[in-house]
Amino acid sequence: MALEDICRFKDRGLRTSEKNSAIPLDFFTPPSANSASFCLPNHSTTVRRPFPLSHGTTTLGFIFQGGVIAAADTRASAGGGADCMLWERILTREIRLYQLRHRRRLSIRGTAKLLSFMLHPFKGTEVCVALTLCGWDKEAGDCLIYVCSDGARLQGDIFSVGSGSPYAYGVLDGGLKWSLSKDEAISLAREAVFRATHRDAYSGNNVDLFHITAQGWSQRKREDLKEEYYRDMEKRSKDRREKIKRE
Amino acid sequence: MEYLIGIQGQDFVLVAADNVAASSIIQMKHDYDKMFKLSEKILLLCVGEAGDTVQFAEYIQKNVQLYKMRNGYELSPAAAANFTRKNLADYLRSRTPYHVNLLLAGYDDSDGPGLYYMDYLSSLAKAPFAAHGYGAFLTLSILDRYYRPDLTRDEAVDLLKKCIEELNRRFILNLPSFTVRLIDKEGIHDLEKLTLGAK
Repeated sequence: MALEDICRFKDRGLRTSEKNSAIPLDFFTPPSANSASFCLPNHSTTVRRPFPLSHGTTTLGFIFQGGVIAAADTRASAGGGADCMLWERILTREIRLYQLRHRRRLSIRGTAKLLSFMLHPFKGTEVCVALTLCGWDKEAGDCLIYVCSDGARLQGDIFSVGSGSPYAYGVLDGGLKWSLSKDEAISLAREAVFRATHRDAYSGNNVDLFHITAQGWSQRKREDLKEEYYRDMEKRSKDRREKIKRE
Repeated sequence: MEYLIGIQGQDFVLVAADNVAASSIIQMKHDYDKMFKLSEKILLLCVGEAGDTVQFAEYIQKNVQLYKMRNGYELSPAAAANFTRKNLADYLRSRTPYHVNLLLAGYDDSDGPGLYYMDYLSSLAKAPFAAHGYGAFLTLSILDRYYRPDLTRDEAVDLLKKCIEELNRRFILNLPSFTVRLIDKEGIHDLEKLTLGAK
């Protein structure tokens, strides 16, 4: 074609981009000696994925007067789960090594910083890890830190992570108060995970709940959310029947 | 989404940053501090990509402190700004560039107050007032109109409030509160948090 001849596209060896297959890359950026400098750093090194990763789960943690509550569903969706399991083991190993070398426990803020720095080289790759570290230490007291493979490291009082997290925030933000009792806090966490798993397709199965204080952590028996759903349905229909009876 | 603003007066610099730490559509924190203290009279305000901000800002912070330990005196704001820009430039054409936008505000005992605007392409400009973020489109014209080099501290805070009111009126995102700090020859002062947007 005439334009092709004028621009002499035919003369040069063309690089074509994967996405827009027929259009030569020279079309998007002017050709230059080191045209790699205009490309995004991880453009050429991404390996094509056999299937799309989903990041499905709901986890949450919050601090109240009686310590820290951590809750999560147990459905393991493809992708991020494997990365998280690996990095959890790596982190456990590193903090144990720190304890052996320095004869004191690493603080939670130190653990979060260590994990964040270990994940930094993988930023821009497909590694997907998002953790909420919940715990107690001498320096900071009850502590809740969110660390993710993007590099974010946030300390706060309430976090929810995962595909079901917006739903969990809806329940948590309304019901959370500092002065909750331990049982109220546990039931709030269970409710939040339950509502999130109901709405989110990628969360579900059971709920695991942990309570952490200065004295240590305790785990509640794993509960099947299917039972919770039927109980909730039962309660609603009972309330409806009683309301009709009263009218 | 994030917003930074700095206003330089005769003998002070006023800076403010929003307090939202967001992850896609969720506000993860409402009280996040985006200012990093480089030295007694220098603040670095940093926004941009999630991990890059803290990594880069802490790197600069520790290096400025290291300079003080090694040499016995602190880097001036101009030197710190140029050091920061050099680091941004060095990483720009590497495999891991830092996507951060910065404002560096400081008070030099001999040169007076200074405000330096830097962006992720490692440009550097000393400016009497500056802003970063989408909010900058809405507020730079207000700063152009009302800024004078001889603003008093109260007038500068009023100008800042004008900018934030405009954001609350026209900006599509909710930025309920702002951390405000002032640097002068006495050092860094925390001013009252501005919560004009919260109900």
